[in-house]
Amino acid sequence: MIIRGRCWRLGNNISTDHIISGKYKFSTISSLDQMLPHVFEEIIPNFYKQVRYGDIIVAGRNFGMGSSREHAPRLLKMIGISAILAKSFARIFFRNAINIGLPVITVNKIPDITEQWDIIEINLLKGIVINLNKSVEERIQPYPKIILKILAEGGIINYIKRYGNLPWGENIG
Amino acid sequence: MGLTLTEKILSHAVGRTVNPGEIIVTEVDLVYAHDGTAPLAIQVLSNELRFIKVFDPGKVVFVIDHAAPSPSINVSKVHKLMRDFSYSFRVKLYDVGNGICHQLIPEEGLVKPGMIIVGADSHTVTLGAFAAFAIGVGSTDAAIAIAYGKIWLKIPEIVKIAIEGNLPRGVYSKDIILYMLKTIKSDGMTYKSVEFHGKTLQKLSMDARMTLTNMCTEIGAKAALIPVDAVTKQWFEERGIYNIKELRPDTNAEYSDELLFDISNLEPQIALPPNVDNVKSISEVEGLEIDQVFIGSCTNGRYEDLLVVAKILNKHKVNPRVRCIIIPASRNIYLKALRHDIIEKLLQAGCVIGPPTCGPCIGAHMGLLAEDEIAISTSNRNFIGRMGHKRSKVYLASPATAAASAIEGKITDPRKYIS
Repeated sequence: MIIRGRCWRLGNNISTDHIISGKYKFSTISSLDQMLPHVFEEIIPNFYKQVRYGDIIVAGRNFGMGSSREHAPRLLKMIGISAILAKSFARIFFRNAINIGLPVITVNKIPDITEQWDIIEINLLKGIVINLNKSVEERIQPYPKIILKILAEGGIINYIKRYGNLPWGENIG
Repeated sequence: MGLTLTEKILSHAVGRTVNPGEIIVTEVDLVYAHDGTAPLAIQVLSNELRFIKVFDPGKVVFVIDHAAPSPSINVSKVHKLMRDFSYSFRVKLYDVGNGICHQLIPEEGLVKPGMIIVGADSHTVTLGAFAAFAIGVGSTDAAIAIAYGKIWLKIPEIVKIAIEGNLPRGVYSKDIILYMLKTIKSDGMTYKSVEFHGKTLQKLSMDARMTLTNMCTEIGAKAALIPVDAVTKQWFEERGIYNIKELRPDTNAEYSDELLFDISNLEPQIALPPNVDNVKSISEVEGLEIDQVFIGSCTNGRYEDLLVVAKILNKHKVNPRVRCIIIPASRNIYLKALRHDIIEKLLQAGCVIGPPTCGPCIGAHMGLLAEDEIAISTSNRNFIGRMGHKRSKVYLASPATAAASAIEGKITDPRKYIS
């Protein structure tokens, strides 16, 4: 699994409120499509218009803090984000992202040297992230095999349908 | 080596001793979701899993609480979706007006010490006040738990947080958790299970404890537990529930870290926008003019909170320049406040009383802020645009601080109104 894309460089403590504000979520709650234009609306003007399919987010600490709203990772995936690299992730966001098949990867060095629009390449199997503009490479802790399988299936629901069991669990029939 | 509270609950669930770092699949005792997360969970079941099943209708609860009653047709659509699903699959639904899920579920006797609870809301950690292992998840995890009654979990590291000292006058559990946020920061306990200890706890009611555990999601914690003690037992007994499990950690339990907070000299605390951990003492912020006061939410909309507010507002008026919106967290709280003349006092002081809803806390309805407006709120988050326009600002504080600020129309130290 190799992911390559240009990067949006974001800071620390990006919350799920920043990704999709509660007021927009509730005014459009019956449809994820209607929420899309509001993604990052209040911290990145015109994100919706500028984002391209395959873009990667590179952020600092505690990405996805706050609300459990799964709409946040879902909208990022729908809008074209192919992976998120951050120094750390908030727990619920991390789980939600893996569950819906959006790779979220913890990195240390990459955020420090990456600038907006740099091209990033991620090799999930080998556990390598490269900033191609800066020619900087970082080894990452490879995912456990089951997480790789979940991502390969496009999320935990497809995983359950394919394998007939919960990850790490016995058959659920 | 002894076991922590978290390890005891999870070990009991899987029938062997578990260790931090390992991954287990466990059965859950309760799953709940609300109108912000249940609609997506229903869509996951019907459109993605295409296997609509409820593992045990007695263990699945839906609560319509985030925008209740509905402020728009879009919200009405998802409320209807929840009602239809509940009817079809015999899932218990608490419709508009019952209360905020984290308050209502304990009130309804659905929480007991030792339970494993999965809630599709980050503030599910609140229920750790009842010595339950309660974690927040997203809609897909909730959907899986609804269908199969199971969840996979990584056993977290466990951190002991001891609170010592007598609460000074005008200082409350909200001030304690804000003070913890100041030092622990918003990611300090990420992936960890927090267990509270210390003599101060003995003097904190269940209302006050729930405020403490509620905001542990703001320090990143996966779960936040308080051992069962006399206060817990009394709370259950008052509701006719006897013989609860007296769950406490072993005295020789090992924690990955131990923190101590001495709150003897704590001042009222306040979190400045736009981050929950941007916390200062009240004296550093006093005098800032405000436009709106919100007293409510799963953090501070409980009976004790309303009581404190009514005492402060007694014989005072809300500043005419300011709106003071008060929302009891549940119908039971509303009724109790009504019976004790608290609602009347609040109305006479010039407050607006809303029906139980999360409402303005998440910017859903009932008091959104205009450009450049400033609110002081007893809720839990103050991110950009959280309660309205992206240039509005939210300061987080205790109900006492919010009430005193409502009188003066500016951020005010509550201690001058407390004898």
